[in-house]
Amino acid sequence: MRLDVSIAQKTYRLADGGARRLFDNFTLRLEAGTIAALLGPSGCGKSSLLRMIAGLDRDFSGAIDRPAGRISMAFQEPRLLAWRNVEDNLRLVAPELSQDELKALLAAFELDGRGQDYPGQLSLGLARRAALARAFAVKPDLLLLDEPFASLDRGLHERLRDKLSERIAGRAMTVIVATHDIEDALRLADRIFFIGGAPARILNRFDIAAPREARSPLMPQLRAQAQQIQDEATAEAVARPVTS
Amino acid sequence: MSRFLSLCLFVVIWQVAAMTLGAHYLVGPDATLAAIHREIRSGDMMFAFGVTLARSLAGFSLGMLVGSALGLALGRSQALDRLIDPWLVIALNTPALVVIIYAYIWVGLTETAVLAAVTLNKIPTTAITLREGARALDSRLDDMAALFVLPRWRRWRHVVAPQLAPYFAASARGGLAMVWKIVLVVEILGRPNGVGFKMGLAFQQFDLPLLQAYVAPFVALMIAIESVVLRPAERSASWWRRHAP
Repeated sequence: MRLDVSIAQKTYRLADGGARRLFDNFTLRLEAGTIAALLGPSGCGKSSLLRMIAGLDRDFSGAIDRPAGRISMAFQEPRLLAWRNVEDNLRLVAPELSQDELKALLAAFELDGRGQDYPGQLSLGLARRAALARAFAVKPDLLLLDEPFASLDRGLHERLRDKLSERIAGRAMTVIVATHDIEDALRLADRIFFIGGAPARILNRFDIAAPREARSPLMPQLRAQAQQIQDEATAEAVARPVTS
Repeated sequence: MSRFLSLCLFVVIWQVAAMTLGAHYLVGPDATLAAIHREIRSGDMMFAFGVTLARSLAGFSLGMLVGSALGLALGRSQALDRLIDPWLVIALNTPALVVIIYAYIWVGLTETAVLAAVTLNKIPTTAITLREGARALDSRLDDMAALFVLPRWRRWRHVVAPQLAPYFAASARGGLAMVWKIVLVVEILGRPNGVGFKMGLAFQQFDLPLLQAYVAPFVALMIAIESVVLRPAERSASWWRRHAP
């Protein structure tokens, strides 16, 4: 049971009628239960990759074998229904959720008492938490997170990351986090894929052996290691562009 | 409340104008009320009203249904839109009168022809409004619904319908007023009953109070429907917008 991505070709049609090759012979394998991070600059194709893995974009050649089970995703924007309150937004995707489970889920993302609020009444940070709670509501086997902390201030970003880290640890599932932030990748993932180049490819990877909850003291060291790998990978990508 | 005052002011202006111009040109509210009273007493009013209302509602409902379905299909499929859009423009610019005449010629002077004529006149405007609604549907929410594999009905009810509600309400508000005017023309041309028929009669006899007796209650009814049914419906369809910070 593993996720097997092999994209022969994915082109992105530009507004002016041209086309940009986004992926060319791209492969990614993930054993079930792996928490992986896709780390790369904005616009390198991470979101497109997640959309293809999620099955939302089938306009490519190649194949993606997903393990059986439910897929869930937190999009870059919260994408809540503005005309349904937070509880109903969760129930919409997971009607089987009991009242107690719902309460527990909201509490896990510090949304206690906000269940009756409408998305328009929530700050961006709260809306993101609601979207994450929704992603977990379906008890996914494969969870995709697309820049889950984009445009949040630093304090909120870190608190939400801790919440997420706890939730991920609490349940056996495969997780892919797309992020441009090396810190997020180091805190959340067991394995980091450095993505870059055009067409995008995996430049390198970095496995983190230390358990998530024990990483805080190791962070300076991990950061230095990851940074070095990233710099080397980026330098290589610039020096040796793939011609297609 | 300001709406009520505005209506009162209208009645006052009407009365003053009628008194200035004289009963040969404009019948005032008082004479209209007297004529209404007469028609109600004779029983003609209720029957004519019922017939016209039934025709209006049937045409309105069918027109909304077919027009909405067409509009949604056009908004979702560009190929279909390219094919049908010119036809819609033709339909929009074909006078209602012509459609009515054709309906009578092809179907005969029957209720089916009435329904066909009214419905055909209502479809293009509804289709155009709902097409805009379908085009404005948020594809990001479509993705969300697809990702969480929402069943068709739940997707429609919770994701799509609330986005379309304002367009549907706008189309209903504009449509009801349009439909009843068309029904009057249909009746005046080829029906032996209904408000339109009565108005034709009033015109032949130059009976202005009779004409007014049938216009005023219908307009009053439309205002009532508008303020008791349609406006609250529109407001409740977009109530969640008021929750925005």
